[in-house]
Order: sequence, then C-alpha cells, then structure tokens
Amino acid sequence: MIAINEKGYYGEFGGAYIPEMLHPNIEELRQQYVQVMEEPAFQREFRHLLKDYVGRPSPLYLAERLSGHYKATIYLKREDLNHTGAHKINNTIGQILMARRLGKTRIIAETGAGQHGVATATVCALMGIQCIVYMGAVDIKRQAPNVSRMRMLGAEVRPATSGSQTLKDATNEAIRDWINNPVDTHYIIGSVVGPHPYPDMVARFQSVISEEMKWQLEEQTGRENPDAIVACVGGGSNAAGAYYHYLNEKEVRLIAVEAAGHGIHSGESAATSVLGTKGIIHGSRTLLMQTPDGQITEPYSLSAGLDYPGIGPLHAHLIASGRAEAISITDDEALASAFFLSRKEGIIPALETAHAFAALDKMEYSPEDVIVVCLSGRGDKDLDTYIQHFDRF
Amino acid sequence: MNRLDKLFAHKQKDILNIYFTAGYPAVEDTGKIIQALEKAGADLIELGMPYSDPLADGPTIQQSGQKALKNGMTLPLLFDQVQAVREKTDIPLVLMGYFNQVMQYGEQRFLDKCVAVGIDGLILPDLPLYEYEQYYQEMVEKAGLGISFLITPQTTEERIKKVDELSRGFIYMVANSSITGAKGGITDKQLAYFERVNRLPLKNPRLIGFGISDHETFVTACRYANGAIIGSAFIRALAEGKEVEKATEDFVRSIRGVGVSA
Ligand SMILES: Cc1ncc(COP(=O)(O)O)c(C=O)c1O
Repeated sequence: MIAINEKGYYGEFGGAYIPEMLHPNIEELRQQYVQVMEEPAFQREFRHLLKDYVGRPSPLYLAERLSGHYKATIYLKREDLNHTGAHKINNTIGQILMARRLGKTRIIAETGAGQHGVATATVCALMGIQCIVYMGAVDIKRQAPNVSRMRMLGAEVRPATSGSQTLKDATNEAIRDWINNPVDTHYIIGSVVGPHPYPDMVARFQSVISEEMKWQLEEQTGRENPDAIVACVGGGSNAAGAYYHYLNEKEVRLIAVEAAGHGIHSGESAATSVLGTKGIIHGSRTLLMQTPDGQITEPYSLSAGLDYPGIGPLHAHLIASGRAEAISITDDEALASAFFLSRKEGIIPALETAHAFAALDKMEYSPEDVIVVCLSGRGDKDLDTYIQHFDRF
Repeated sequence: MNRLDKLFAHKQKDILNIYFTAGYPAVEDTGKIIQALEKAGADLIELGMPYSDPLADGPTIQQSGQKALKNGMTLPLLFDQVQAVREKTDIPLVLMGYFNQVMQYGEQRFLDKCVAVGIDGLILPDLPLYEYEQYYQEMVEKAGLGISFLITPQTTEERIKKVDELSRGFIYMVANSSITGAKGGITDKQLAYFERVNRLPLKNPRLIGFGISDHETFVTACRYANGAIIGSAFIRALAEGKEVEKATEDFVRSIRGVGVSA
C-alpha cells in the first residue's frame, strides 16, 4: 500500500522540517485539511468550480497520429484545456476554498513557469482576495507573458533575487513571507512539495486527473487501467494527480519524466532522481540535488517549471521503492518533441509537458499497450523560447 | 559541566549572545571574531554554519552566508577553526544551522565532532520537536550537548512546556514572528508576550532574539529575560570594512552601553 502516515511520511520521505514560526499555520492546516476537504459543502463548491469555471472533465483524447507513429495506443489527458491552460488550477481552486474556510485574507504563492502564479492570481481574483506571487528574476524574464497575465489579474509579482533566481528561490521567499505574516496569510504551494500536509493536500486536489482517467478509459477502451502513465515531474503535482488512483494498481506502470537540461552529467541539469541524495528541501525530507556539504545545488533546465533541485516526497518514495520509473529528457529532446507534437496532433505543449512526450522515444512498451500521457499544459507561454529554435526543427 | 551550564550557573542576567556567520567577512576571520567577542565581553557565541537556503533568515544573514560559502567555507573547515580557537578561549559556543547540513555530515558523526572540537550547544531551527524526540534526543543528550528550541508569540503554552522539556541550556525566545534582521523597537504586544512566558514555571533560562539590534532593545530584552541574542546588527557592523577585532570591540561596547573607544 502506498499511503501517507499521520506525520506526513511516505516511507522515509516527507515530514515537516519547518522553523517554529510556521508551526501554528502548518499545524492548523494539518489538523483540518482532510476534514474540510471531506465536508459535503466543500466538495460541492470544489466540484462546481472545477466543472463550470475550469471546464472539467478535461478530455481524454486518443491521439491517432501519435499512436501510429509510436505503434501503441496513446491517449492524452488534456489538462492544457483547463482554464488558464494547465493542471495547476485544480490545486489553486481547492486551496483558495481551504484558505477561505480557515479565514485567511491574504494569499502568497511561488511560481516557476508562471502557470501556478497565473492559476493563483485567477482564483484570488475570483474570490476577491489579495494575491502576492514570488517569482525568480530569471523566470520573470523567460516567462514574460505569464507575468503580464498575473498583473492583469490584479496580483503583485515580487522578484526573488537570491540564489539562482528561479523556482527554488521563489519558494524560499514565499516561505519567508509566510513567517513574517503568520496570522492572515495562506501560502498556496504549487506542487506536491513543502512540509506536510502540503504534498498530500495538493495530491488530493490534483487527484481529479486520475479520477477522470478511470471512467474515461473504461468508456473508451472497456478497462479502467492503462498499461502506463507518463507525466513530467518538476515538484510532481501533475504526475501525482495522474498517478493517484493508480498508485496501488501494480500493473499500471508509472513513468516520471525529469528535466536533464544540457545532459544529466553536464553540470547543468535538474534530474533529481539520478543526481539527488536524501536530504531536506523546503521543509520536506526527500531527494534533492546538493553538495556533499549539504548545500543545495542550483539546478538547470530550459523549462522554468522543471528547474527545481528537489522532487515531492511521494515521488522520492515511488522512485526509491521502484514503483515509478524515472526517465530524464534534455532541453533539446524536449524542444524536438514540442515541435513534433505540434505538427503531428496540432497541439503546442508547454515546454514542461514536452519532456513527458519525449519520454515516448525512450521507454519500452509493446504494440498492445495503452499509454496515457498527461498533457499538463499548453505552450503559449513558451512561444518566445520556441521561436528561438525555429531554424533547428 | 558543559560551558553553557557553567555560564548560566553563575550568570542569570544581561547575557549577551552574539551571532555571526562562520567564514565571514573572510574565511580566516572565524577564530579572530570569537576571540574578539570574548575579550569584548560577550557571554556566549552563536556560530552560524553558512547555508545555501536559510529559510528563517533575512537578507543580512543570507548574504553573509553566501559570501562565506563563496569564501570556501565548509563544515569540516568550520570544525577545524573551532578546534584551533578552542585552545585559546573558554567562551561557550553554540552552532546554528539547518538540519540538512547535519544530515549530510551524518547525525552521530556531527555530534561526536562537535564534542571533540569543543562546541557546547546546537540551534537547528528547522528540526521539529517531533522528529527530535523520536530520533535524536537520546543521541544529543548522550553527547552532553545543549540544544535550544524556539518559541514565538504564537506558541501555545502547552508547546512552550514541551520546548522547555526538550531544550537543554536555554530557550530561544523569538521576539516577533519574523525572519531574522527585523528592525524597529519592541512593541507593547511583544512585552505582553515576554511577561506571559515569564509567568510560566520553566526550567531553562530564556534569551530573546530577532529584532534586537542596539543598546536600547538589548536593555529592554534583558529586563524580560536572562539575556538577548544579536545577529544581523553585528553582521552589518562587520560588513562596514573595519578591522574585525576593532569592529567587534566597538559593537559589543555599543550594545553594553559603555561608549566606543577612540
Ligand atoms: C504545464 C506544466 N507542467 C508541469 C509543471 C511542473 O510542475 P509539477 O511537477 O508540479 O506538475 C509545470 C510547472 O510550472 C507546468 O506549468
């Protein structure tokens, strides 16, 4: 059985390694999150917003041309068709409702690619709540359209200027903000990372992805279970959502796709499952990239949403226990795959998502296999990056 | 008797605990600053292990850590420096850092090394009470090291008692829920919190830290606790570029309110 225990551990990974200043907030959340999420009124409101505001269920689309190319049956779980263009909004809808139940009046978030920032700014606008998004100064440059979207939605975008000025540093700044504002603020974390109960809470909100996959597959193929589920992993929230209801179905292979940047051993990579060792990042005991002296390493990926030196504790557990298989994809492989998918299926994927598709070239499967790829987001935000590579693909 | 216990046995008031980051401003300054602090009349030193991602620290301490790391500071080097200076000083030394650093060094190996080089206590702000009790309390107590847990204005009475039960040496009373380096005076609300904690029957002495930056805030903190901890303000004083011995002496004098020598 893969399950989290009461103290927030999946096997040896997880927990809440936080300064005492955050204890009251985290403890309040820990005591209440399951109960609140299970309230019928909460579920009604959550489901209503997912349906009429986000546009769920997201389609499960049989990609015939892709299937023909790869000689297997490939379905795409279309999270790119959600409002705001990625899976991230499943979690922010859930967390804004949670924040309201807890009486919080100020929201903070971190963002890498800007998708989580946009999804947070969106739900804050929807609820009329103040929103501050921390974003690495480097990411502010490479994901400019999303910065403008957040501002248009009324959020304040604050640059994180420490460290490598990317997602890790934005997360540090958001945590520091929370320490400074312990009473009125809720921190909407964007992935299955951070101290317990965040990894579990975010996974539960994202689990709607695999909940739908089950009945959609049943409808289209006559069986609930695919042979494999492929998802990219930054912190791991779209993967956690796509795996969730299959975690204990051993015949379903779980493929976690990480960003190898310029190559796993190039020194510029974010392939945590290969390069990482056990340690603590952002309050969670998990796998992370670090020096032997315990200094967290600056990761690298062209994709801002995967440019993170850790992975969520659930994924550390899945990979360490052999339940999930990790595949690493370089910048170039992801770019090639983004152009390929665009031309094969008429879908421009996010650069993060393109890593998941590139894994189809590396994994083993047989022609009878049904494979679901989680199409976590659309690529509008990455157009500037793609344009720079038009001459190569 | 450990140096921390010895200190608190003979002194209960006006204890000055100064924090600085090992390897800052220059890598070889660690020992010099420790000796200068002792000479100038600090009672206790909290030695920061520079860390890439110090979640509880504000910009001043963050930057000092980054500089120290750039200077080539590492944990093994820090232990060497402490060992060398230990022959010349008897001031209690408490190591402050983040739990990941301890994990990577190896928990038991870390504790053994602390004892061997003459460290007296630990402050690991992101090591939670639960994990400490479950996995590390026995190890730390067997090693005979002190350990200080934090309380904040939001900490419940029940939890303060737990902190008191687990802490050895002193309790770190965070003046205000904030990261380090906050400025501004001490508010009535904070005073009420200090008084509330004082009324509790606690076995450990308390030192107030976060936002203590000058003579005035130090004196106020000392009225409500056994002493206070100053970090960011001292780092800023070191950053001014004066010779570190002189900067240290002037700073401690200014905090004690004895006037700065020419
Ligand atoms: C489209 C898309 N997919 C994936 C990710 C990676 O996050 P996670 O691993 O939490 O799904 C991001 C993050 O920004 C994203 O925008």
